[in-house]
Amino acid sequence: MQAILEQQAKERIASVIARHFDSEAQNGRLFINLGVGIPTMVANYVTSPNIYVQAENGMLGVGCPAPEGQMDHDLINAGRTCVTETPGCVYMDSAASFGMIRGGHVDATVIGAFEVDQKANIANWIIPNGKQLGVGGAMDLVTGAREVVIAMQHTSKNGKPKLVKGCTLPITGIGEADIVVTEYAVFVFEGGRLVLKEIAPEITVDELRGITDAEFDLSPDLHLMSL
Amino acid sequence: MVSDKYRSIEDAIARVKPGSRIMVGSFGLAGYPEELIEALAASGTGDLTIISNDLGTPGVGLGKLLTNNQIRSLIGTYYNWNPEVAAANNEGRISVKLIPQGTFAEAIRAAGVGIPAFFTPTGAGTDLAAGKETREFAGRACVLEESIHADVALIKAYKADELGNLVYYKTARNFNPVMAMAADTVIAEVEEIVPVGSLDPECIVTPHIYVDVLTMRKS
Repeated sequence: MQAILEQQAKERIASVIARHFDSEAQNGRLFINLGVGIPTMVANYVTSPNIYVQAENGMLGVGCPAPEGQMDHDLINAGRTCVTETPGCVYMDSAASFGMIRGGHVDATVIGAFEVDQKANIANWIIPNGKQLGVGGAMDLVTGAREVVIAMQHTSKNGKPKLVKGCTLPITGIGEADIVVTEYAVFVFEGGRLVLKEIAPEITVDELRGITDAEFDLSPDLHLMSL
Repeated sequence: MVSDKYRSIEDAIARVKPGSRIMVGSFGLAGYPEELIEALAASGTGDLTIISNDLGTPGVGLGKLLTNNQIRSLIGTYYNWNPEVAAANNEGRISVKLIPQGTFAEAIRAAGVGIPAFFTPTGAGTDLAAGKETREFAGRACVLEESIHADVALIKAYKADELGNLVYYKTARNFNPVMAMAADTVIAEVEEIVPVGSLDPECIVTPHIYVDVLTMRKS
Protein backbone atom coordinates (compact mmCIF):
# COMPACT_ATOMS: atom_id res chain seq x y z
CA MET A 1 0.00 0.00 0.00
CA GLN A 2 1.37 3.34 -1.06
CA ALA A 3 0.48 6.41 0.95
CA ILE A 4 -1.32 9.21 -0.86
CA LEU A 5 -0.62 12.77 0.25
CA GLU A 6 -3.60 14.66 1.70
CA GLN A 7 -3.89 17.27 -1.05
CA GLN A 8 -3.57 14.62 -3.77
CA ALA A 9 -6.20 12.52 -1.97
CA LYS A 10 -8.67 15.41 -1.89
CA GLU A 11 -8.12 16.30 -5.54
CA ARG A 12 -8.53 12.68 -6.55
CA ILE A 13 -11.80 12.28 -4.63
CA ALA A 14 -13.19 15.48 -6.15
CA SER A 15 -12.17 14.50 -9.69
CA VAL A 16 -13.60 10.98 -9.41
CA ILE A 17 -16.95 12.42 -8.28
CA ALA A 18 -16.84 15.04 -11.05
CA ARG A 19 -16.35 12.30 -13.63
CA HIS A 20 -19.35 10.45 -12.20
CA PHE A 21 -21.49 13.58 -12.60
CA ASP A 22 -20.16 14.34 -16.08
CA SER A 23 -21.20 10.86 -17.07
CA GLU A 24 -24.68 11.21 -15.51
CA ALA A 25 -25.13 14.60 -17.20
CA GLN A 26 -24.80 13.02 -20.63
CA ASN A 27 -28.44 12.02 -20.21
CA GLY A 28 -29.69 15.51 -19.42
CA ARG A 29 -29.44 18.32 -16.93
CA LEU A 30 -28.08 17.46 -13.50
CA PHE A 31 -28.69 19.54 -10.38
CA ILE A 32 -26.17 19.10 -7.59
CA ASN A 33 -25.56 20.55 -4.14
CA LEU A 34 -22.00 20.66 -2.82
CA GLY A 35 -21.04 20.72 0.86
CA VAL A 36 -17.96 22.47 2.22
CA GLY A 37 -14.44 21.06 1.85
CA ILE A 38 -13.75 18.33 -0.72
CA PRO A 39 -17.35 18.53 -2.06
CA THR A 40 -16.85 22.17 -3.10
CA MET A 41 -13.74 21.12 -5.06
CA VAL A 42 -15.92 18.91 -7.28
CA ALA A 43 -17.04 22.05 -9.11
CA ASN A 44 -13.43 22.60 -10.26
CA TYR A 45 -13.38 19.28 -12.11
CA VAL A 46 -16.80 18.94 -13.74
CA THR A 47 -16.76 19.73 -17.45
CA SER A 48 -20.36 19.12 -18.56
CA PRO A 49 -22.37 22.25 -19.39
CA ASN A 50 -25.45 20.31 -18.18
CA ILE A 51 -24.49 20.56 -14.51
CA TYR A 52 -26.13 23.21 -12.30
CA VAL A 53 -24.98 23.82 -8.73
CA GLN A 54 -27.58 24.59 -6.05
CA ALA A 55 -26.65 26.25 -2.75
CA GLU A 56 -29.10 25.71 0.09
CA ASN A 57 -28.89 29.32 1.24
CA GLY A 58 -31.03 30.14 -1.78
CA MET A 59 -29.31 29.97 -5.15
CA LEU A 60 -29.51 27.76 -8.23
CA GLY A 61 -26.71 28.37 -10.71
CA VAL A 62 -23.70 28.94 -8.46
CA GLY A 63 -20.58 29.91 -10.40
CA CYS A 64 -16.90 29.83 -9.46
CA PRO A 65 -15.59 31.65 -6.37
CA ALA A 66 -15.50 35.43 -6.82
CA PRO A 67 -12.06 36.75 -7.73
CA GLU A 68 -10.29 39.16 -5.38
CA GLY A 69 -11.74 42.65 -5.82
CA GLN A 70 -15.11 41.37 -7.10
CA MET A 71 -16.42 39.89 -3.87
CA ASP A 72 -19.99 40.67 -2.92
CA HIS A 73 -20.73 39.63 0.65
CA ASP A 74 -24.41 39.27 -0.17
CA LEU A 75 -23.58 36.72 -2.88
CA ILE A 76 -22.30 33.67 -1.03
CA ASN A 77 -22.65 29.92 -1.03
CA ALA A 78 -23.61 27.91 2.04
CA GLY A 79 -19.96 27.76 3.10
CA ARG A 80 -19.98 31.59 3.18
CA THR A 81 -17.57 31.81 0.23
CA CYS A 82 -18.23 34.74 -2.09
CA VAL A 83 -19.24 33.22 -5.41
CA THR A 84 -20.36 34.34 -8.87
CA GLU A 85 -23.54 33.88 -10.87
CA THR A 86 -23.86 31.64 -13.91
CA PRO A 87 -26.15 32.71 -16.77
CA GLY A 88 -29.74 31.86 -15.83
CA CYS A 89 -28.95 31.81 -12.13
CA VAL A 90 -31.92 32.27 -9.79
CA TYR A 91 -32.38 33.17 -6.14
CA MET A 92 -35.01 31.88 -3.74
CA ASP A 93 -35.78 32.10 -0.04
CA SER A 94 -34.56 29.41 2.36
CA ALA A 95 -37.93 27.62 2.60
CA ALA A 96 -38.17 27.39 -1.20
CA SER A 97 -34.54 26.28 -1.40
CA PHE A 98 -35.07 23.46 1.08
CA GLY A 99 -38.39 22.65 -0.57
CA MET A 100 -36.39 22.07 -3.75
CA ILE A 101 -34.05 19.77 -1.82
CA ARG A 102 -36.61 17.92 0.32
CA GLY A 103 -38.97 17.64 -2.63
CA GLY A 104 -36.44 15.50 -4.49
CA HIS A 105 -35.72 18.00 -7.25
CA VAL A 106 -31.99 18.13 -6.53
CA ASP A 107 -30.36 15.12 -8.17
CA ALA A 108 -27.37 14.72 -5.92
CA THR A 109 -25.63 16.11 -2.88
CA VAL A 110 -21.96 15.69 -2.12
CA ILE A 111 -21.07 15.83 1.54
CA GLY A 112 -18.18 15.00 3.80
CA ALA A 113 -18.58 12.62 6.73
CA PHE A 114 -16.92 11.66 9.99
CA GLU A 115 -18.25 8.11 9.63
CA VAL A 116 -20.34 6.07 7.22
CA ASP A 117 -21.42 2.58 8.22
CA GLN A 118 -22.18 -0.57 6.26
CA LYS A 119 -25.92 0.09 6.60
CA ALA A 120 -25.50 3.42 4.72
CA ASN A 121 -25.97 5.49 7.88
CA ILE A 122 -24.09 8.78 7.84
CA ALA A 123 -22.58 10.68 10.76
CA ASN A 124 -21.41 14.10 9.65
CA TRP A 125 -22.99 16.82 11.75
CA ILE A 126 -21.45 16.79 15.20
CA ILE A 127 -18.62 15.38 17.28
CA PRO A 128 -19.99 15.73 20.80
CA ASN A 129 -17.14 17.59 22.46
CA GLY A 130 -19.04 20.63 23.66
CA LYS A 131 -17.34 22.91 21.15
CA GLN A 132 -19.76 22.54 18.25
CA LEU A 133 -23.42 23.36 18.10
CA GLY A 134 -24.78 23.23 14.61
CA VAL A 135 -26.56 21.00 12.14
CA GLY A 136 -27.21 23.39 9.25
CA GLY A 137 -28.75 21.74 6.22
CA ALA A 138 -27.00 18.37 6.55
CA MET A 139 -30.06 16.37 7.62
CA ASP A 140 -32.32 17.96 5.00
CA LEU A 141 -29.76 17.31 2.25
CA VAL A 142 -29.19 13.61 2.99
CA THR A 143 -32.94 13.06 3.31
CA GLY A 144 -33.98 15.05 0.25
CA ALA A 145 -31.35 14.68 -2.47
CA ARG A 146 -32.00 11.72 -4.74
CA GLU A 147 -28.37 10.57 -4.60
CA VAL A 148 -26.11 11.12 -1.60
CA VAL A 149 -22.41 11.01 -2.47
CA ILE A 150 -19.97 10.85 0.42
CA ALA A 151 -16.59 12.49 -0.26
CA MET A 152 -14.12 11.65 2.45
CA GLN A 153 -10.58 10.48 3.04
CA HIS A 154 -10.48 6.78 3.75
CA THR A 155 -9.19 7.12 7.29
CA SER A 156 -9.22 9.86 9.93
CA LYS A 157 -6.17 11.99 10.70
CA ASN A 158 -5.23 9.37 13.35
CA GLY A 159 -5.48 6.59 10.79
CA LYS A 160 -8.80 5.21 12.05
CA PRO A 161 -11.24 3.77 9.48
CA LYS A 162 -14.13 6.09 8.64
CA LEU A 163 -16.09 3.33 6.90
CA VAL A 164 -17.29 1.44 9.94
CA LYS A 165 -19.62 -1.41 10.93
CA GLY A 166 -21.88 0.93 12.89
CA CYS A 167 -21.64 4.70 13.35
CA THR A 168 -20.48 5.68 16.83
CA LEU A 169 -21.17 9.41 16.37
CA PRO A 170 -24.67 10.96 16.21
CA ILE A 171 -26.15 10.17 12.83
CA THR A 172 -27.34 12.63 10.20
CA GLY A 173 -29.59 10.22 8.35
CA ILE A 174 -30.52 6.55 8.41
CA GLY A 175 -29.58 4.50 5.36
CA GLU A 176 -29.16 7.58 3.20
CA ALA A 177 -25.67 7.09 1.69
CA ASP A 178 -25.59 5.91 -1.94
CA ILE A 179 -21.97 6.27 -3.03
CA VAL A 180 -18.75 6.62 -1.02
CA VAL A 181 -15.65 7.95 -2.73
CA THR A 182 -12.29 7.94 -0.98
CA GLU A 183 -8.76 8.29 -2.34
CA TYR A 184 -8.47 4.49 -2.37
CA ALA A 185 -11.87 3.29 -3.50
CA VAL A 186 -15.36 3.87 -4.84
CA PHE A 187 -18.16 2.01 -3.06
CA VAL A 188 -21.88 1.91 -3.77
CA PHE A 189 -24.73 0.66 -1.60
CA GLU A 190 -26.64 -1.99 -3.53
CA GLY A 191 -29.47 -4.02 -2.02
CA GLY A 192 -28.46 -2.98 1.47
CA ARG A 193 -24.84 -4.10 0.97
CA LEU A 194 -21.68 -2.05 0.63
CA VAL A 195 -20.06 -2.99 -2.68
CA LEU A 196 -16.54 -2.11 -3.86
CA LYS A 197 -16.70 -0.85 -7.46
CA GLU A 198 -13.31 0.77 -8.04
CA ILE A 199 -9.96 0.47 -6.33
CA ALA A 200 -6.91 2.72 -6.56
CA PRO A 201 -3.67 1.42 -8.08
CA GLU A 202 -1.78 2.10 -4.83
CA ILE A 203 -3.63 -0.56 -2.83
CA THR A 204 -4.75 -4.23 -2.93
CA VAL A 205 -8.17 -5.47 -1.84
CA ASP A 206 -6.63 -7.10 1.25
CA GLU A 207 -4.86 -3.88 2.18
CA LEU A 208 -8.14 -2.01 1.65
CA ARG A 209 -9.89 -4.38 4.06
CA GLY A 210 -7.12 -3.57 6.55
CA ILE A 211 -8.09 0.11 6.62
CA THR A 212 -11.85 -0.46 6.36
CA ASP A 213 -13.87 -1.52 9.40
CA ALA A 214 -17.10 -1.97 7.40
CA GLU A 215 -17.71 -5.28 5.63
CA PHE A 216 -17.98 -5.00 1.88
CA ASP A 217 -18.55 -7.18 -1.18
CA LEU A 218 -16.60 -7.04 -4.42
CA SER A 219 -18.51 -5.96 -7.48
CA PRO A 220 -18.42 -8.46 -10.36
CA ASP A 221 -17.07 -5.62 -12.49
CA LEU A 222 -14.58 -4.33 -9.93
CA HIS A 223 -11.98 -2.29 -11.77
CA LEU A 224 -9.10 0.08 -11.20
CA MET A 225 -9.98 3.68 -10.48
CA SER A 226 -9.27 5.54 -13.69
CA LEU A 227 -7.14 8.51 -12.73
CA MET B 1 -40.77 59.81 0.36
CA VAL B 2 -44.25 59.40 1.82
CA SER B 3 -44.63 56.25 3.86
CA ASP B 4 -46.78 56.00 6.96
CA LYS B 5 -44.74 52.93 7.90
CA TYR B 6 -41.43 54.77 8.02
CA ARG B 7 -39.70 55.09 11.41
CA SER B 8 -36.15 55.86 12.46
CA ILE B 9 -33.97 52.86 13.36
CA GLU B 10 -34.16 53.87 17.05
CA ASP B 11 -37.96 54.26 17.08
CA ALA B 12 -38.36 50.96 15.28
CA ILE B 13 -36.14 49.02 17.68
CA ALA B 14 -37.99 50.49 20.68
CA ARG B 15 -40.77 48.06 19.72
CA VAL B 16 -38.61 45.20 20.95
CA LYS B 17 -39.51 44.61 24.60
CA PRO B 18 -37.48 42.62 27.15
CA GLY B 19 -38.33 38.91 27.02
CA SER B 20 -39.55 39.02 23.40
CA ARG B 21 -39.16 36.33 20.79
CA ILE B 22 -37.28 37.98 17.93
CA MET B 23 -36.75 36.54 14.46
CA VAL B 24 -33.79 37.86 12.52
CA GLY B 25 -33.08 37.19 8.86
CA SER B 26 -29.49 36.20 8.07
CA PHE B 27 -27.16 33.57 6.74
CA GLY B 28 -23.77 34.26 8.27
CA LEU B 29 -23.37 37.96 7.70
CA ALA B 30 -25.39 38.00 4.46
CA GLY B 31 -28.79 39.62 4.57
CA TYR B 32 -29.00 40.63 8.20
CA PRO B 33 -30.49 43.95 9.30
CA GLU B 34 -27.22 45.40 10.48
CA GLU B 35 -28.36 48.77 11.75
CA LEU B 36 -31.39 47.34 13.58
CA ILE B 37 -29.11 44.83 15.31
CA GLU B 38 -26.62 47.58 16.19
CA ALA B 39 -29.49 49.57 17.71
CA LEU B 40 -30.81 46.51 19.57
CA ALA B 41 -27.33 45.91 21.00
CA ALA B 42 -27.07 49.59 22.02
CA SER B 43 -30.52 49.48 23.66
CA GLY B 44 -29.41 46.74 26.04
CA THR B 45 -32.88 45.11 25.87
CA GLY B 46 -32.44 41.68 27.41
CA ASP B 47 -33.92 38.28 28.13
CA LEU B 48 -34.46 37.79 24.40
CA THR B 49 -35.17 34.64 22.45
CA ILE B 50 -33.42 34.97 19.11
CA ILE B 51 -34.74 32.89 16.23
CA SER B 52 -32.18 32.96 13.43
CA ASN B 53 -30.16 30.55 11.30
CA ASP B 54 -26.91 31.32 13.11
CA LEU B 55 -25.45 33.94 15.39
CA GLY B 56 -22.90 35.64 13.15
CA THR B 57 -19.38 35.58 14.52
CA PRO B 58 -18.18 36.52 18.03
CA GLY B 59 -18.93 40.16 18.77
CA VAL B 60 -20.12 40.83 15.21
CA GLY B 61 -23.71 41.16 14.01
CA LEU B 62 -26.03 39.02 16.10
CA GLY B 63 -22.95 37.80 17.97
CA LYS B 64 -22.93 41.18 19.71
CA LEU B 65 -26.21 40.39 21.50
CA LEU B 66 -24.63 37.30 23.08
CA THR B 67 -21.45 39.15 24.02
CA ASN B 68 -23.75 41.75 25.70
CA ASN B 69 -25.68 39.06 27.63
CA GLN B 70 -28.99 40.09 26.03
CA ILE B 71 -29.95 36.54 25.05
CA ARG B 72 -31.87 33.99 27.14
CA SER B 73 -32.43 31.40 24.45
CA LEU B 74 -31.70 30.60 20.83
CA ILE B 75 -33.66 28.72 18.22
CA GLY B 76 -31.67 28.07 15.06
CA THR B 77 -29.61 25.70 12.96
CA TYR B 78 -25.90 26.42 12.93
CA TYR B 79 -23.73 28.03 15.59
CA ASN B 80 -20.32 26.63 14.59
CA TRP B 81 -19.35 30.05 13.19
CA ASN B 82 -19.71 31.53 16.68
CA PRO B 83 -18.01 29.35 19.35
CA GLU B 84 -19.31 31.69 22.08
CA VAL B 85 -22.71 30.03 21.62
CA ALA B 86 -21.53 26.54 22.60
CA ALA B 87 -19.55 28.03 25.51
CA ALA B 88 -22.58 29.97 26.82
CA ASN B 89 -24.75 26.89 26.41
CA ASN B 90 -22.24 24.70 28.29
CA GLU B 91 -22.13 27.21 31.14
CA GLY B 92 -25.94 27.25 31.29
CA ARG B 93 -26.12 30.97 30.51
CA ILE B 94 -28.42 30.37 27.53
CA SER B 95 -30.55 27.53 26.18
CA VAL B 96 -30.21 26.46 22.57
CA LYS B 97 -32.71 24.58 20.42
CA LEU B 98 -31.15 23.17 17.25
CA ILE B 99 -33.37 22.43 14.27
CA PRO B 100 -32.39 21.17 10.80
CA GLN B 101 -32.15 24.17 8.50
CA GLY B 102 -34.88 23.13 6.06
CA THR B 103 -37.23 22.28 8.91
CA PHE B 104 -36.43 25.62 10.53
CA ALA B 105 -37.28 27.53 7.33
CA GLU B 106 -40.45 25.51 6.79
CA ALA B 107 -41.57 25.89 10.42
CA ILE B 108 -41.32 29.66 10.06
CA ARG B 109 -43.15 29.58 6.72
CA ALA B 110 -45.81 27.34 8.31
CA ALA B 111 -46.42 29.88 11.10
CA GLY B 112 -46.85 32.54 8.44
CA VAL B 113 -49.40 30.55 6.45
CA GLY B 114 -51.49 29.23 9.33
CA ILE B 115 -50.17 25.67 9.55
CA PRO B 116 -49.55 24.78 13.24
CA ALA B 117 -47.40 21.71 12.56
CA PHE B 118 -46.27 19.38 9.78
CA PHE B 119 -44.57 16.02 9.26
CA THR B 120 -41.17 15.90 7.55
CA PRO B 121 -38.74 13.04 6.85
CA THR B 122 -35.77 15.25 7.76
CA GLY B 123 -34.10 14.21 10.99
CA ALA B 124 -36.17 11.05 11.57
CA GLY B 125 -34.26 8.67 13.81
CA THR B 126 -31.64 11.24 14.77
CA ASP B 127 -30.94 12.92 18.11
CA LEU B 128 -32.75 16.05 16.89
CA ALA B 129 -36.02 14.08 16.64
CA ALA B 130 -35.77 12.84 20.24
CA GLY B 131 -39.04 13.43 22.08
CA LYS B 132 -40.93 14.35 18.91
CA GLU B 133 -43.82 12.31 17.53
CA THR B 134 -42.80 10.14 14.56
CA ARG B 135 -45.21 8.61 12.08
CA GLU B 136 -44.77 6.64 8.88
CA PHE B 137 -46.05 7.97 5.56
CA ALA B 138 -45.62 5.85 2.42
CA GLY B 139 -43.19 3.68 4.34
CA ARG B 140 -41.03 6.59 5.41
CA ALA B 141 -40.55 7.74 9.00
CA CYS B 142 -41.50 11.39 9.47
CA VAL B 143 -41.14 13.74 12.42
CA LEU B 144 -43.86 16.09 13.66
CA GLU B 145 -42.49 19.63 13.75
CA GLU B 146 -44.32 22.62 15.17
CA SER B 147 -44.42 25.98 13.44
CA ILE B 148 -42.27 28.83 14.78
CA HIS B 149 -43.78 32.25 15.40
CA ALA B 150 -42.23 35.40 16.85
CA ASP B 151 -43.28 38.63 18.50
CA VAL B 152 -41.09 40.72 16.23
CA ALA B 153 -39.25 39.95 12.98
CA LEU B 154 -36.26 42.07 12.05
CA ILE B 155 -35.63 41.60 8.39
CA LYS B 156 -33.36 42.97 5.69
CA ALA B 157 -34.55 43.78 2.19
CA TYR B 158 -32.97 45.67 -0.68
CA LYS B 159 -35.77 48.07 -1.62
CA ALA B 160 -39.24 48.87 -0.36
CA ASP B 161 -41.92 50.97 -1.95
CA GLU B 162 -43.84 53.41 0.27
CA LEU B 163 -46.52 50.78 0.94
CA GLY B 164 -43.92 48.29 2.20
CA ASN B 165 -43.66 45.92 -0.75
CA LEU B 166 -40.19 44.40 -0.64
CA VAL B 167 -37.58 43.15 -3.08
CA TYR B 168 -34.35 41.45 -2.07
CA TYR B 169 -30.77 41.23 -3.26
CA LYS B 170 -29.08 37.95 -4.25
CA THR B 171 -28.39 35.54 -1.36
CA ALA B 172 -29.22 38.26 1.17
CA ARG B 173 -32.79 37.05 0.66
CA ASN B 174 -32.35 33.79 2.67
CA PHE B 175 -34.83 33.59 5.60
CA ASN B 176 -36.12 37.17 5.31
CA PRO B 177 -39.25 36.55 3.19
CA VAL B 178 -40.55 33.72 5.40
CA MET B 179 -39.80 35.61 8.60
CA ALA B 180 -41.73 38.56 7.18
CA MET B 181 -44.85 36.37 7.38
CA ALA B 182 -44.32 34.85 10.81
CA ALA B 183 -44.26 37.62 13.42
CA ASP B 184 -46.78 39.94 15.07
CA THR B 185 -44.67 42.95 14.17
CA VAL B 186 -42.42 42.99 11.11
CA ILE B 187 -39.70 45.63 10.86
CA ALA B 188 -37.81 45.82 7.57
CA GLU B 189 -34.46 47.56 7.16
CA VAL B 190 -34.01 48.61 3.54
CA GLU B 191 -31.47 50.51 1.48
CA GLU B 192 -34.00 52.64 -0.32
CA ILE B 193 -37.74 53.48 -0.24
CA VAL B 194 -39.16 54.18 -3.69
CA PRO B 195 -42.55 55.59 -4.78
CA VAL B 196 -45.54 53.27 -4.99
CA GLY B 197 -45.79 51.91 -8.51
CA SER B 198 -42.08 52.01 -9.28
CA LEU B 199 -41.40 48.36 -8.36
CA ASP B 200 -42.39 45.80 -10.99
CA PRO B 201 -45.40 44.00 -9.44
CA GLU B 202 -44.13 40.72 -10.97
CA CYS B 203 -40.85 41.02 -9.07
CA ILE B 204 -42.09 41.91 -5.59
CA VAL B 205 -41.21 39.08 -3.21
CA THR B 206 -42.84 40.23 0.02
CA PRO B 207 -46.29 41.85 -0.37
CA HIS B 208 -46.79 44.93 1.82
CA ILE B 209 -49.58 43.31 3.87
CA TYR B 210 -46.85 41.60 5.93
CA VAL B 211 -44.74 44.67 6.70
CA ASP B 212 -45.48 46.95 9.67
CA VAL B 213 -42.47 49.22 9.92
CA LEU B 214 -39.91 50.42 7.38
CA THR B 215 -36.52 51.72 8.40
CA MET B 216 -33.73 52.89 6.17
CA ARG B 217 -30.03 52.28 6.53
CA LYS B 218 -28.14 55.44 7.28
CA SER B 219 -25.00 54.22 5.53
